[in-house]
Amino acid sequence: MTEALSSTPKVWQHRNRNQQLLSWFLWLTGTAIFMYCWQMISESTTWFFVWDAPRIAADIGSRMIPPRWSYISELLEPLWDTINIATIGTMLAILMAVPVAFLAARNTTPSTKFVRPIALLIIVSSRSINSLIWALLLVSIIGPGVVAGIVAISLRSIGFISKLLYEAIEEIDKDQVEAISATGASGLQKLIYGIFPQILPAFAGISVFRWDINIRESTVLGYVGAGGIGLQLNASLNVLAWPQVTLILILILLTVIFSEWVSAKVRHAII
Amino acid sequence: MLEIKQLIKKYRTGDLAINGVDLKVEKGQVMALIGPSGAGKSTLIRCVNRLETPTSGEIWFNGENIVKLRSGKLRKARRNMGMIFQEYALVERLTVMENVLSGRLGYVGFWRSYLRKFPQTDVKEAFRLLEKVGLEKMFNKRADELSGGQRQRVGIARALIQNPDILLVDEPTASLDPKTSRQIMRLITELCEEHQLAAIINIHDVALAQMFAERIVGLREGNIVYDGHPDNLKPDVLTEIYGEEDWTAVRKNKAKKGTESEFDDESLSEEHMAEMM
Repeated sequence: MTEALSSTPKVWQHRNRNQQLLSWFLWLTGTAIFMYCWQMISESTTWFFVWDAPRIAADIGSRMIPPRWSYISELLEPLWDTINIATIGTMLAILMAVPVAFLAARNTTPSTKFVRPIALLIIVSSRSINSLIWALLLVSIIGPGVVAGIVAISLRSIGFISKLLYEAIEEIDKDQVEAISATGASGLQKLIYGIFPQILPAFAGISVFRWDINIRESTVLGYVGAGGIGLQLNASLNVLAWPQVTLILILILLTVIFSEWVSAKVRHAII
Repeated sequence: MLEIKQLIKKYRTGDLAINGVDLKVEKGQVMALIGPSGAGKSTLIRCVNRLETPTSGEIWFNGENIVKLRSGKLRKARRNMGMIFQEYALVERLTVMENVLSGRLGYVGFWRSYLRKFPQTDVKEAFRLLEKVGLEKMFNKRADELSGGQRQRVGIARALIQNPDILLVDEPTASLDPKTSRQIMRLITELCEEHQLAAIINIHDVALAQMFAERIVGLREGNIVYDGHPDNLKPDVLTEIYGEEDWTAVRKNKAKKGTESEFDDESLSEEHMAEMM
């Protein structure tokens, strides 16, 4: 051992010569692409507007304050609509998502060859379309209003809730379920005694998390005519009524803080 | 009461877990099933209540061939077999009482069980059994708050409230300390005697098996290689079950530790070397 140490020491390098060259080359390419893009964006930018931006922002900012507090009388109803869209939409989504999740989970699905792919398809198609696009579609199908918003929110949420829930179902401890079936319990009893208690914390967490997201999403649905406070925001922006915009933004902020608070409470209580 | 005929269980992976077992268990008989890991002990008792489906063979229980039963009738048959698990398999997020009462699920309809409205006789019996296993004050605790020994006691109460004819017990003590293991084994055998229950107890610990069972069956590679009285479990039988090993070695080492002057003994110094490595 001592002999080996005293003779030529063994060299250790983090990267060998080729790896070093490759890493250097990759950095060079990356920098070149970045510079090229920078130049392209720069050429297509009207720099006058950009240099002007702080002044305009300050100008709009000064017009935004003070908020027009009296406008609140017209906002409370759409705000209530917004909260309802999010809440009812989430509840409808849960009703549809729970069965889909059980059909999609490998350990509870009646058939992996036929039913599970259908459930997964439902999940993917619901998740791949943004709720604003769902709303656009639905407004043209069922007409403008709160109902379109509710359906848009729930269609978008089904996939989210199902996906997270079926992953939770696949992770349950199967010994507990076996113990319940060993008592002679029926299929439904296995569900309520063996599986529900195990996924309850995940279920509560996922539901309030989605509700929380839906509060934010439903504030913009009014933009496309699907009800809620977004309609007032759009109208105020169109007529450059900045003090009203300020008030709407403050209200949205307060609502989101409130929903954060509720979901934190619920998660804390159940988990 | 329970008669297994030419039972074979082959897993989809091709492993032959049970290779033609014939076994008869009489009413009220407490039988220990011993054997090395992978001998098929768990598979055997899981075949009896059909948590596993046997490949072929017959299992006659109270005059019915369990292997042939389907959903409804299988559930009725399962009500008469209580199962106790190595890792307790309690529903962790339910209370002790809910776990015990879940043993009655086979007798109670969906809505009653969903709303936890079990018949008063069941609740009374649950309290009686919890007192029997020494957990009468714990009924409102959640299962995940209990220690290992306490959980196994809840598991025992859950199996007994089924009012079964046989207990299928899978390594009840493997996760417990020696003292708790003995207490749990004593509890199981006492309750079997009191309720005139037959029991098949899978167990690693040969000493515990000899202490508490009236009959021992040794399983090796899916075959029964010993069936008899605990006292006849001599070293040559243990070799037959588990393979070659110096079965008296424990006592020899003890004797050596008693006379520590024998440090020059060759085998002992070798052992010490091995420990130091």
